[in-house]
Amino acid sequence: METMTLVQWAFDGLLGCTVLWLAWRALACEDLFKGIVLFISFGLLMALVWVRLNAPDIALAEAAIGAGLTGALLLVALAKLDDEVASLSTNSQPARSQADSSPTGSSRSNESSGQN
Amino acid sequence: MNIAFFYVLISIGLFTLGLYALIVYSHLLRKILALNVMGSGVFLLLVALASRTKGAPDPVPHAMVITGIVVAISATALALALMLRLRDASGRVELTDESME
Amino acid sequence: MNHLDKTDISIQQRVWFRFLLVILLSVLAAGLAYAVLSLPSEAPGLSVMVNENIEVSGVINPVTAVLLNFRGYDTLLEMSVLFLALLGVWSLGSITEQTEPAPGAVLDLLSRLLVPYLILVAGYLLWVGAHAPGGAFQAGSVLAAAGVLLLLSGWRLSDRYSGLSLRFALVLGLLVFIIVALAMIIIGGRLLEYPQAFAGVLILIIEVAATLSIGVTLVSLFYGGRPSQGTTGEKKR
Repeated sequence: METMTLVQWAFDGLLGCTVLWLAWRALACEDLFKGIVLFISFGLLMALVWVRLNAPDIALAEAAIGAGLTGALLLVALAKLDDEVASLSTNSQPARSQADSSPTGSSRSNESSGQN
Repeated sequence: MNIAFFYVLISIGLFTLGLYALIVYSHLLRKILALNVMGSGVFLLLVALASRTKGAPDPVPHAMVITGIVVAISATALALALMLRLRDASGRVELTDESME
Repeated sequence: MNHLDKTDISIQQRVWFRFLLVILLSVLAAGLAYAVLSLPSEAPGLSVMVNENIEVSGVINPVTAVLLNFRGYDTLLEMSVLFLALLGVWSLGSITEQTEPAPGAVLDLLSRLLVPYLILVAGYLLWVGAHAPGGAFQAGSVLAAAGVLLLLSGWRLSDRYSGLSLRFALVLGLLVFIIVALAMIIIGGRLLEYPQAFAGVLILIIEVAATLSIGVTLVSLFYGGRPSQGTTGEKKR
């Protein structure tokens, strides 16, 4: 049985508290772009946490998938959200019909949110 | 192993934080972020409990968490595509309550 | 009219709601903490059983043994979940390419330098997963990172490959996994019950196909829609 040294305790404590603080800041941030960047760093620190918990396989997967790919996905979605005429546009439905669909859309969502 | 229980408390904190953000924020992208944070909390709980062994940790929760990370990113990708479709179809990206009873 | 009344009342209600929510979540967190902290502080779990049967599994890394042998069915289902998510994203729309500006010098240089190394690292992680941390998912995600870097620097799959070849690459992992699983029934065992002599080889075959599929699936998820074929020619870089 190994005894936890003070340095290990301090490191784990700092890492855990930083992970929690980063998650809070990522979720409560006003600017979504900042929030996503903080989420990516949260993912990277989670990879460190996996290493501390003797899970190197998970650390590899989390660093690549959890931080990298999820962060890239979120940033692309944010860019498409902010950019009405996105550079990679989807053509499943003509985008310029929003003027027709928004009154019906908002009344539909009124009913559905009334049931919340 | 005391350090495992410290990480268990952190994981409960992450899960609760994510749940609070999921309920309170109306912007869909924030909800997706909150779901990911909740998922990370659950994975941390699994792995922290798996590290309670003497010697090598229990590999079955490790496998479950690797599976869970891949499923989480596929769910996130689908959720983001749905959010963009919702924005295209209705013009808004926030779920707002118009009536509070 | 209705909206003005409701915003007036709803601010107080909103504050009340948040306060109540914080109380409820604190109770939830306290309950969870009590439930988890009352677990024993030493619990071997299933690691004893895995260590006893590790020679039968064909690999040395216990996580790979659990992922691809002992709990192989879960991995099969997880790959089908990945595939289903891609089907969902593809059913939501297709991407018509518009010409984008050429990537900047830094991105161009970095992608040319990094992508070969990423592919090499993916191959290493795939091979070393049998006896050290690594495996199909890690290798597949590094491949996906290479693919995302290529997409970001302006590369697109040419139309010749974005039809049947792309779809074949996407289903290859699942297909090989299912074929191996069913072949075990034909040989005489149960689903996914590898014979001990061939377990390592079978795991490697499944992992190679799975790595390719996972990488291509994650890149397609990043791309965000069905690639349109035949409407535009090859993109100029």
